[in-house]
Amino acid sequence: MADLSVDFAGIRSPNPFWVASGPPANTGYQANRAFEAGWGGVVWKTIGDPIVNTASRYSAMHLGNTRIAGFNNIELISDRAPETNFEEIAEVKRRWPDRVVVASLMTDTRKNWHDYMKRSTDCGSDAVELNFGCPHGMCERGMGSAVGQNPEVIETIVGWVMEVAEIPVIVKLTPNITSVKHAARAAKNAGADAISLINTINSITQVNLDTFAPEPLVDGKSTHGGYCGPAVKPIALNMLHECAADPGFDLPISGIGGISNWRDAAEFLALGSTSLQVCTAIMHYGFRIVEDMKEGLSDYLDARGCASVTDIIGKAVPNVGEWQNLNLNYKRVARIDYDKCIGCNLCYVACEDGAHQCIDLIDPAGYGLGPGRVPEKFIPQVREADCVGCNLCSLVCPVDDCIDMVELRSEKQPMSWKEYQKRLADGDMDPIPAHP
Amino acid sequence: MAIKPKLSERAAERNMAEIEPAYRPQEATIEADRCLYCFDAPCIHSCPTGIDIPGFIKKIANDNLTGAARTILRANVLGASCARVCPTEVLCEGACVLLDRDETPIKIGRLQRYATDHAYESALPLLHAPAKKSGKRVAIIGGGPAGLSCAAELAQLGHEAVIYERHHKAGGLNTYGIAYYKMKPSVALAEVRLVQSLGVEILTDTEVGKDVPGDEIMNCYDAVFLAIGLGATYSLGIPGEDLPGVVEALAFIEELRMNPLDEVAVGDHVAVIGCGNTAIDAATQAKRLGAKRVTIVYRRGPEDMPAFEYEYELAKSDGVEFLFHTQPVEALGTKSRGLEGLRLVRTEPDLNGRPHNVAGSEFDVPFDMVIKALGQQKLGETIAKIFPGVTIDRRGAIERDFATGITKHGNIYAGGDAANGGSEVVDAVAEGKRAAAAIHVSFTDEAPEKLVQTTRLGAPDGATGAGIDKPVRVVELERAFRAGDKSHG
Repeated sequence: MADLSVDFAGIRSPNPFWVASGPPANTGYQANRAFEAGWGGVVWKTIGDPIVNTASRYSAMHLGNTRIAGFNNIELISDRAPETNFEEIAEVKRRWPDRVVVASLMTDTRKNWHDYMKRSTDCGSDAVELNFGCPHGMCERGMGSAVGQNPEVIETIVGWVMEVAEIPVIVKLTPNITSVKHAARAAKNAGADAISLINTINSITQVNLDTFAPEPLVDGKSTHGGYCGPAVKPIALNMLHECAADPGFDLPISGIGGISNWRDAAEFLALGSTSLQVCTAIMHYGFRIVEDMKEGLSDYLDARGCASVTDIIGKAVPNVGEWQNLNLNYKRVARIDYDKCIGCNLCYVACEDGAHQCIDLIDPAGYGLGPGRVPEKFIPQVREADCVGCNLCSLVCPVDDCIDMVELRSEKQPMSWKEYQKRLADGDMDPIPAHP
Repeated sequence: MAIKPKLSERAAERNMAEIEPAYRPQEATIEADRCLYCFDAPCIHSCPTGIDIPGFIKKIANDNLTGAARTILRANVLGASCARVCPTEVLCEGACVLLDRDETPIKIGRLQRYATDHAYESALPLLHAPAKKSGKRVAIIGGGPAGLSCAAELAQLGHEAVIYERHHKAGGLNTYGIAYYKMKPSVALAEVRLVQSLGVEILTDTEVGKDVPGDEIMNCYDAVFLAIGLGATYSLGIPGEDLPGVVEALAFIEELRMNPLDEVAVGDHVAVIGCGNTAIDAATQAKRLGAKRVTIVYRRGPEDMPAFEYEYELAKSDGVEFLFHTQPVEALGTKSRGLEGLRLVRTEPDLNGRPHNVAGSEFDVPFDMVIKALGQQKLGETIAKIFPGVTIDRRGAIERDFATGITKHGNIYAGGDAANGGSEVVDAVAEGKRAAAAIHVSFTDEAPEKLVQTTRLGAPDGATGAGIDKPVRVVELERAFRAGDKSHG
């Protein structure tokens, strides 16, 4: 069994899976249940001056038969008294000394930040996470994403916190920003020990067409919320990579954003996360999901011969770079396996209407009856000479491994756009003819 | 033993409840969402009426039930009954690509029912006849599926259609002859009202050739569509056939469809002679109405039965027994005591596979009711007398061009069971639709666009959907229409 334990900014965690700051991390009761289920850490629901919440608070985007492909909330930080939260953290830490408890904080003045920092340390928190990310409600009061969207403000507030910090300080960043790198650099410049990302994305999931108000509905009105869940994973992975690949940025990153299973977790690790935070999947299915996460990740690591989870952290980072460095002479084409093809023709219509018109419907005579069950029904055939290798057909194909993207050996040497521009400038080659 | 009603109203209704009940909304959405939305889908090709099946299913998934119903009814005005009675296993669902992925095909019939139920329950006016009329009049002989389909299509194309129906109610076998647990008569009658709402006049209790002479029809109309269906059930030709207790399957089914279920008489021990789909319908319904024992007597073996496999399975699960390689030689009993049983004989096939009685193998079995389900007689000969110029084929069906329905008489078209010899409701609807298109072409020289439910843009030929065995493509139809034009001069 691979070793799943990680060291995140000096904090030892028995596994990389932490409950993210949010509704599942609201109380000591929940933290106990999470640890009983096997979670490595809990990032407490953000503690701050008392707020009042609305009914309702959540909405979701369902996709066909998949419920909660994306999740949206307008809930604010903890509505419990700070002293209650700190007392419960102390109790949970006493009971689970080997697990990680992080106090998530959000406040305003330098004095208040100092106060919350001291109380977090005194109650035994392993670290604090500064919530500079929530994009709804709190930002209207100058907190949350209002901070995270301004690198100067990030630097100032992190600076205040670091004045009294005795435990690691994690800065949680908002994705509602032009480039997350500037926010990450600001946190680092001010002395933060780590960052976590992403917080939720500004969103409106749907409009009720009877009331013409979005969900979640609050007495006939609504407000934009924060989007999370499986749908945001690609955005989170990209922002994670931006920071992980930023030259000179060397702080550990806690990855957040749609992680729902061990495979998502492994992908976040590969793109540079050292710990992982999960919220929406728990809200959907409960704390028990960590069993699959730990087991699946462990089995995956074993199968790859990795002794420790740390072996894959950042592994994929060097394989993502700028477009201008990609090889323009690399060729791949789509090939249809007629033994697997079921004759739905989705590849045909996708290519014909949505891509590059390289699939023909042909008389199946040469292929016997061909796929599908209707005699004389035409079947799709890729015109390889024209196929640009875009992947679309293989993406829409409903049969696993039916359309294979096959690499074609190119006689040309690899050449990137950057090299191409240089050769053009040097007069070493003629321009590549435009696509007809 | 006695032939009498056996069950209370509640018990009978429970036994005869629909075997495929309506979907709940979430069930329908989940099922619709399984559909891959194939392009140029095999299910469309396999539907004789060429309904854009993935199109309407996508609309159900998208909570656009009205649009789904519109898609269905525009292609097939009897979409509600076809949803219930189509042998989907051998048509659309049998062609579903999910079968090739080793999965259950999409329940197209049930989804179609879900969408059309919505249209009828909400009384949506989805089909319209244009205000401007062509002035052309078409007589439609027979108000069954083929006639209703042809009339609805013509009305939507701006022509006047008048249906002559010899029964008291229109709808044909949809009204009188479908198993109750598949479709209640109210569904068929609602469809009749839909056709009437397009301005189609239906003259019931009016038999052409008896109440109205053929030449009067020919004089008053610009074209005629023959959709007279089939005639009486073939007789057994054995002694005792006229004994009380010996009934025709269609008469038995008609009686139970036209009367309260607790008033329908059924025997204790029932024999059904024949093994087609109607025989199965009669047998299962006799069982469900309280018969203690129902036996299907068939002179050939199970591998030869005309009934669909799933009908056979249904009968077996209802406890119907089968006597294969057996046929009756005499109905036993007296006029006063009524039927007492059947004298049966074993059969064996000759070299050509035809069954022959095995001498000395006779045996008697007590029955108090015998239901004859030997198939219906063709009416081609009768109709050819009423409408000179119409010809019949070797089977006694009306000769006509498959694609257009045109008969040897250039102004008379034919479709449905009378022309195809007896087939599915959906085939009758398709033939009515194609004949209407051909009639429209003969009137206007323009092919109706609506006929073609094509989803194929890139391929040379659009699909019309005409059944797995006989695919008819747009090009073929157009060719046929052009040929038809020439024959009209």
